[in-house]
Amino acid sequence: MNSPEIMQEDFSVHYTYTRSTGPVIGDFLTALRDKKQILGIKGSDGRTLVPPMEFDPITTEPLSEMVDVSDQGTVTSFCWVKNPIKHHHIQHPFAFATIRLDGADTDFIHMVDCGDEARISVGSRVKARWADERSGTMTDIVAFDVTGA
Amino acid sequence: MAEKKDPNAERVNIMYAPVNLDYRFTASDHTSRFLESIRNGQFIGSQVSEGAPVYVPPRPVCPETGLPAERLVELPDTGKVHWYTIVHIPIPDNPIKPPFVVANILLDGADITFLHLISGCDNDDIDIGMRVKAVWKPEAERTHSPANIHFFAPIDKADALAEELAKEA
Repeated sequence: MNSPEIMQEDFSVHYTYTRSTGPVIGDFLTALRDKKQILGIKGSDGRTLVPPMEFDPITTEPLSEMVDVSDQGTVTSFCWVKNPIKHHHIQHPFAFATIRLDGADTDFIHMVDCGDEARISVGSRVKARWADERSGTMTDIVAFDVTGA
Repeated sequence: MAEKKDPNAERVNIMYAPVNLDYRFTASDHTSRFLESIRNGQFIGSQVSEGAPVYVPPRPVCPETGLPAERLVELPDTGKVHWYTIVHIPIPDNPIKPPFVVANILLDGADITFLHLISGCDNDDIDIGMRVKAVWKPEAERTHSPANIHFFAPIDKADALAEELAKEA
């Protein structure tokens, strides 16, 4: 058989998921919006889990003891995004980082907006930059800013 | 003063978590031939050899035997409804408004079904085994897309397929 012309086409698939937040994540998102407060939850082993989980990762029992943690923390790992795609919330180079917030025993993932890869490293101190208009979503924190090495 | 609801008074019970996937599809040899053929208003399928099962759209390899299915065959644009569903819930960004009918259609001469729309009759009159025929877009509007077929329209009442399927069940 002769080879046909090879065809290509670009596709965009968009899933419009809406989720109910449940007892724990609902409180977490409400606190972001109303109090600029990040909440963790106490696990059965005494650790503070951030973001809060609905069920204990060890015993699988429901969790309910919410605790305040700081909006400042330390970068524990990061990935520099040199070429953001259109769906990223930051349209210039930035880092996705795991951040250990002060008072937390687990890491959570957010963006660090520091302009230059040389300005971030494991151990960098970061602080949340809050949105002026908040709607109860993770992006109520616009990004984290580097405050120290 | 109009009463205005304070959104901060309410707990966050819903979150939007859209997922976006941008990708580039590269058609295989067989799929390119299929897309070319439906631009010309013609279905093609593939098979390992004469008399072997015919797959449409054409597959490069027979899923049953693992042998190359290089033999391409032209198929008519008529077939029958294997099963169907009436969709009542709107799909975001989909231009087709419910209720509409999605059917699994077995083309005459093919051994595998594919999904397309059924229209041109009352939704309540659609039945398993009903004979249908493709309603093509005008030639000038056709592209390399299954959307070249507006839908399949009934041409006849259900034949023996429903009974056959009932026996298999």
